[in-house]
Amino acid sequence: MTAAAVAPEDPRDRLPAAIPRLRAFAISLTRDVTHADDLVQDTILKAWSNMDKFDPGSNLDAWLFTILRNTFYSGLRKTRREVQDSDGAFAATLSERPAHDSRLALKDFQRAFDQLSPEHREVLILIGASGFSCEEAAGMMGVAVGTVKSRASRARRRLTELLHLADGEDMFSGTDGATQAVVLRASTAAR
Amino acid sequence: MAGEQDENTPRRQAIHAQIDENLKRVYALAAAEELPDRFKDLLAQLKARDAAIKGGDS
Repeated sequence: MTAAAVAPEDPRDRLPAAIPRLRAFAISLTRDVTHADDLVQDTILKAWSNMDKFDPGSNLDAWLFTILRNTFYSGLRKTRREVQDSDGAFAATLSERPAHDSRLALKDFQRAFDQLSPEHREVLILIGASGFSCEEAAGMMGVAVGTVKSRASRARRRLTELLHLADGEDMFSGTDGATQAVVLRASTAAR
Repeated sequence: MAGEQDENTPRRQAIHAQIDENLKRVYALAAAEELPDRFKDLLAQLKARDAAIKGGDS
C-alpha cells in the first residue's frame, strides 16, 4: 500500500467499527435478529456505494442509523410486515429475576419494550440509550425537535403503562445489588 | 432533563431514570451480541471489488 500523505481517511474504513452499534440499533428497532441483520446488510451496501455523499466531518453513526431506519420504514410500508413479537427473540436470552423482587426487572422491561411501536422504540433508543441529542434524533428521523420530544414523552408513558408503574408505586423498595449482580452475570453467561 | 412539562415530578423523574437505565442495558446487550461473519465477508467483498475496479491503489 502506498502512503498517500494528504489523502483523507476513507470513511469506509470506519464501517467495521460502527457495525456493532448499527446492529444494536437494528435489533432494538425490529426486535428480531434475522430482520435486523438483513437491514444491517442493506445499510452497509447503501452506505458503501453512497459514501461520497457522507460528510466526513459529521457523525457516521447518525448517517448509518438514518439509512437503516429509512430502509426499515420503507420495507414496513411495502410489506406491512408484522414486527411486533411479544416473545422478542432477544428477551429469550435473558435471565428471569425472582418474582418477589420489586425492582424493575430487565426481562419485564424487554417484554414491554417489545410491545411498543417501532417509532416509540426508535425514539427511546436514540435519545435514551445511544446518546444522541433530540436535535440529532430529529435530523435522523426527519421530524421537528418538538416531535422528537413529544414522541419520546408518549413512548415513556406507554412503557410506564405496559410496566404497570403507577405514579404512586415504589419501584425502589426491592433494590438489591447482589440480586442484580447475579442477574447480570447470568445474562452475560447466556449469550 | 428539563423541558418536558409533565415529566418533572420526582416520581416521574424516577421512572424516567429507570426506563433510561433499562434502555441502556437493552442497547448494550444488543451491541455486545457476537457479530455474524456475513458483515466482515461483505465488507471484504466490497473492498476487493473496489480495488479491482480501480486497478490497484491510487
